[in-house]
Amino acid sequence: MTHKASKELLRVEDLHKQYGDNEVLKGVSLTANSGDVISIIGSSGSGKSTWLRCINFLEQPTSGRIIVAGEEVKLLPGSKDALKVADPKQLQKIRTRLSMVFQHFNLWGHMTVLQNIIEAPIHVLGLSKKEAMERAERYLERVGVWKFRDTYPAHMSGGQQQRVAIARALAMEPEALLFDEPTSALDPELVGEVLKVMRSIAEEGRTMLVVTHEMGFAREVANHVVFVHQGRVEEEGDPREVLTRPNSERLQQFLSGNLK
Amino acid sequence: MEWFDLTVVTGSLPEFWRGLWMTLQLTAIALVVGFAFAVPLSIARVSKNPWVSAPVRAYTYFFRGTPMLVQLLLVYYGVGQSEWIQGMWETGNPFWLLFRDAYFCALVAFSLNTCAYQLEMFAGAIRNTPHGEVEAATAMGMTRATALRRIILPSALRRALPPLSNEVILMLQGSAIASAVTLVDLTGAARNVYSRHYAPFEAFIFAGLLYLAVTFILVGLFRVAENRWLAHLQPRRSASAQKD
Repeated sequence: MTHKASKELLRVEDLHKQYGDNEVLKGVSLTANSGDVISIIGSSGSGKSTWLRCINFLEQPTSGRIIVAGEEVKLLPGSKDALKVADPKQLQKIRTRLSMVFQHFNLWGHMTVLQNIIEAPIHVLGLSKKEAMERAERYLERVGVWKFRDTYPAHMSGGQQQRVAIARALAMEPEALLFDEPTSALDPELVGEVLKVMRSIAEEGRTMLVVTHEMGFAREVANHVVFVHQGRVEEEGDPREVLTRPNSERLQQFLSGNLK
Repeated sequence: MEWFDLTVVTGSLPEFWRGLWMTLQLTAIALVVGFAFAVPLSIARVSKNPWVSAPVRAYTYFFRGTPMLVQLLLVYYGVGQSEWIQGMWETGNPFWLLFRDAYFCALVAFSLNTCAYQLEMFAGAIRNTPHGEVEAATAMGMTRATALRRIILPSALRRALPPLSNEVILMLQGSAIASAVTLVDLTGAARNVYSRHYAPFEAFIFAGLLYLAVTFILVGLFRVAENRWLAHLQPRRSASAQKD
């Protein structure tokens, strides 16, 4: 990775996830330092989304360790397939430090754009309404949707909704942002506006983990790319290296299928 | 109009107003009490723990599966048959003495009934909350309680407004059975007027018109409420979609 000297923000060690007999993740690891933009690529069903969702425990991993800014998530043996979180309060705190942007935006439909942004800063972080409003203005301006502040999500395009979702994630002022296929649910002509926003926040030096099918983003914005195949990291490294001269046959196949 | 003697109505107006007032009280109090219990019980109803959800389910199964009139008669006549409660009456316990009062019994039966219907509506709406919205709340670090209070319930209660308006209107009209336990509600007043004048059309048509007027007002109020709280589900009213 290029930011060797910078501070480690997130480490995932030997993460496994199985559903019954189906082992989706067969031991994957990753380290993100401050300012890293890591793309996780792979075909559908490779386990890349599950990996991301295990990091903030939207899915419970079967085994493995997750360390956020030096603090390890305390885990206990749970069922056969899933570890149990030992301390729900710790997990909630850690989740506020890893904001997530979802494929389907998942904005709260009964709230206006502005209410969506200030909700968690007020009711999770305990900010005053005034502070939350300042953040909302800053980040909605940042992603270019401030003028939609009083609009309901359903009355906006997918691209606008996803930009609101990014502003909602930024308003938590997290240490890292997790993107779960943020452009996969968008009409092709709306992908660009979201990628542009993601690129610009990456340029601010934010730490980002991006599960994506957008090879252009992986190549141009990310400083590290991880190719997942059948639950394992098949190849990883500098995107300009890995995506132009892939070593593994799988990645060659994947890229030729994708770049066609 | 030979068949409709307006003086029967005008001569009994105070009686009709008193009946209408009784109907409105019974309906409104039962709906509010029912609502207050329905919200927490709907959360219990969707619980994954069967020890929590099964009793609520049994309750709604009974109260939605039997006529409200039967429930009313059971509360009014049935409770008084219990020896334990008769014992309580002898001690002069003020709470149990309430069960000798038809007004109180009607409120109990109506509240229990509407609570069962309302809670099933709310539980259905909670179950239909988009999964992604709950997931987003979780991912933002909300506790289950905060997510319920801030995201799930506000969203579900809004979506329950249209079925709730039906329930409110059904409750208004269903409250007519209060006259079965000696209460003089609007229907009871109409029956009294009828039997005094032998004027069925005058008495019942006028009562019907009053029910209709209240229903009309309620429908209007719900329309206002839906415009206010369901705006996010309605097509946007501005002609041009906003572009940025």
